[in-house]
Amino acid sequence: MLLPKIPIGDAVEIIVDWIATYFEWLLDAISDGLQFIVSGMEDILLAIPAPILILIISVLVWFVSKHDIKMTVLTALGLLLIWNLELWELSMLTLVLVIISTIIALVLSIPIGIAVARSDTLNSAIKPLLDFMQTMPSFVYLIPAVIFFGLGSVPGIIATVIFAMPPALRLTNLGLRQVPVELIEVADAFGCTSRQKLIKVQLPVALPTIMTGVNQCIMLALSMTVIASMIGAGGLGYQVLVGIQRVDIGMGFEAGLAIVILAIILDRITQNLVPKYENK
Amino acid sequence: MMEGFVIIENVCTKDSTVSQPIVSVKGLTKVFGHDREKALELHKNGRSKKDVYEETGATIALDNVSFEVMRGETFVLMGLSGSGKSTLLRCLNRLIEPTSGKIMIDGEDIIVMNHEELREVRRHKLGMIFQNFALLPHRSVLDNVAFGLEIMGVSKEERHKKSEEVLHMVGLEGYGDSKPSELSGGMKQRVGLARALTSNQDLLLMDEAFSALDPLIRRDMQDELLELQERLGKTIIFVTHDLDEALKLGNHIALLKDGAIMQIGTPEEILSHPENAYVEKFVADVDLTRALSAKDVMRYPAPVAQCTAGPRVAMHLMEERDIPMIFVVTRQQKLKGLVTLDDTIEAVKTGKGIPDILITAIPIVAPDASLGDIITLIVEGPYPVAVVDETDRLRGVISRGAILAALARKGEVPHAAS
Repeated sequence: MLLPKIPIGDAVEIIVDWIATYFEWLLDAISDGLQFIVSGMEDILLAIPAPILILIISVLVWFVSKHDIKMTVLTALGLLLIWNLELWELSMLTLVLVIISTIIALVLSIPIGIAVARSDTLNSAIKPLLDFMQTMPSFVYLIPAVIFFGLGSVPGIIATVIFAMPPALRLTNLGLRQVPVELIEVADAFGCTSRQKLIKVQLPVALPTIMTGVNQCIMLALSMTVIASMIGAGGLGYQVLVGIQRVDIGMGFEAGLAIVILAIILDRITQNLVPKYENK
Repeated sequence: MMEGFVIIENVCTKDSTVSQPIVSVKGLTKVFGHDREKALELHKNGRSKKDVYEETGATIALDNVSFEVMRGETFVLMGLSGSGKSTLLRCLNRLIEPTSGKIMIDGEDIIVMNHEELREVRRHKLGMIFQNFALLPHRSVLDNVAFGLEIMGVSKEERHKKSEEVLHMVGLEGYGDSKPSELSGGMKQRVGLARALTSNQDLLLMDEAFSALDPLIRRDMQDELLELQERLGKTIIFVTHDLDEALKLGNHIALLKDGAIMQIGTPEEILSHPENAYVEKFVADVDLTRALSAKDVMRYPAPVAQCTAGPRVAMHLMEERDIPMIFVVTRQQKLKGLVTLDDTIEAVKTGKGIPDILITAIPIVAPDASLGDIITLIVEGPYPVAVVDETDRLRGVISRGAILAALARKGEVPHAAS
C-alpha cells in the first residue's frame, strides 16, 4: 500500500470521546431519566400478580382482536407457559424495554417521516443515512451506547431505538407519499390549510401504512433488546446469553421460546390496530 | 297519417336572459417543464408544439385560452385525452398554477391572489367533483359530505344537519353512517356531488364526473344534474370527453384540441356550424337521437280546439286543415287531451260535447326530452307526442314524420336559436 490507512476509526473515536467529555451532563440526565422510567414501569408490572396481569392482557387482546376467541385463548396459554417456565420477571423487563424503546423510536421517527414526505431534498438527504442505519450490523451500535451510557438497560434502549427507527420512518414517508393525488386535490380544492390537509386527509389515509411501520418497529425492538443483553440490558435476552455461555441448550431454548411468544402477541395486537379500508 | 298538423314555425326559444359572466378567462397559458419562456417564444414564432417539446423539453398544455361562463349555465369543456381540458379546469381553482393569463371569478382575478385569498375563494366559491369520486376512505359518508364545512370551522352539529339535508337532496338519506367502500359507483358520485353542494358554492367544477360510471347510471346522473341545476341555479363547468354528454348537459361547449380552443358555441351551433375540419370530424358521428331534444324537432301545434268550444268548431277546424285529430287546450293553453275527427263527427250527430269524447291518455314529454325517448313513445302509441312545459302548457307537437325529417337532416341539424 502506497497510501497510509485513512484513520476513519481514529476519527470516530475522537468524536465519541469528545461527546462523552463535553456532553457528560446531558448524557447523565438522559441516563438517569430513562433508568427511572424503566425501573418504575418494571416495578408496576411486577407489583401486579402474574395471573391477574395475564388476565388483563388477554382481555386487552380480546377487545383489540374484535372478539377473536382463538387468539385470546392462545395469548393466555402462551403467557401461562412463560409463567410456568419461571421466566415471568425476565419477560416483564423485556416487555418494558420494548415498550419504552418503541415509544421513543416512534416519537422520533413519525414526525421526521412526515417532514421527509413533504420535502424531496430532505428525503434524498436522509435516505443514505437510513440505509446506513439499517445495514450497519446491530452490534456496532452497542459500542457508542456503552461509551455514552455505561452498561445496563439505558444503553440497551438507546441502541434499540436507533435500530428500530428506520422502518417506522420509511413507512411513514411511503404512506404519505402514496396518498392518491385526487385526495390531495380534494383537500386543496376545498380550501384546506396545509395543517388541515395533513391531519384530516394525509395522515388518516396513510394510517394503514404507518401502522405497518409501527408493527415493524416493535418487532425490531424486541429482537434488539435480546442483542442488547450483551451490554447488560436485562430480561430474556440475558437468559439466552447465559445459555450460550454455559452451553445450556435447555435454558437457552426456554428463554428463546418466551421471546417468540411475546413477539407473536405484540405482533397480533399491533396488526389488529391497523385500520382496513379500500382505497377505491 | 299524422302529418296534418299545420306548421307555423318552431317557436321554441332559448332562455335569453342576459346575464353576467361569472367566470372570464383571458389568454390562459400553461407550460409544463423548465424552459417556459423559451418554449412560449418558440411557439409564438410559429413552431409546432412537437418542435417546441423536442427543443426545450417543455410541453405547452394550454395555449392562449379565452372564454366566458355565464351565471347559471353549464359550460362544457370537451376534448380527447391530452387535449388539456382537465388542466384547464384545474387552472380555474389553481390546483395547477397557470403560466400566464387572467382568470376572473366574480370579478376577482384569482391568479394574483395570495394563499389566504385563494383559500377563501376555494372554500366559498368553487366546488369540485372528481372523476374517481375521491372520497376519503376513512370517513363516513356524512363526514365526507361535511368535509367542506368542517374545513371552514362550522360546528359539528350544524355541518351534520346541513349534510343530512344535502344527502336527502341527492337521494342518499339513511346512508350517512356507511363507509364509502360500501357504496356503488353511482352512489359514490352522489356523495361527491353532495360534498360539493354542501358548502353552497356558486360554481361547480366537474372533472369527468360521470365517466367512471356505467352507461345507464351515467344517464341517470346526467338527468339528475340537469334537474339539480334547474333547482339550485349553480354554474357548472363540466369536463368530458363524451360528445353526447356534452350535448346533453351543455348550454355552451368549448371543444379543445392540443390545449387550444377549436370552437365555442351552443350544442346546436357546434353540430350545425362546425368552424373547422377538426370540429366537423368530431361531431360527424354524433348519435342524433341523443343530441337532439323535443324542442329541436317539435312543430307548433295549430290549430288547437278550446275545450269550451263545441264539437262543431273542432270538426270545422279539422276539415278545414284536413287533419284526423286535434289537440284540446284551455284558454291558458294548458293541454287537456285530443279528439279524433271520427269521434267528433259522431258527437255532432248524437249531440255529445267535447269532454265526452276527449282522449286524455296521450304521450307527453318535456321540451328537453331526448329524441331517443320520444321515438319509443311514438312507436308504441297511435297518437303524436305532445310537448308541454312545466306548467302543462302545450308548446309543440311531434309526429313520426318530424322525427324522420330531423334524422334525415343529419349534418345540417336544425337550430332554432339563430
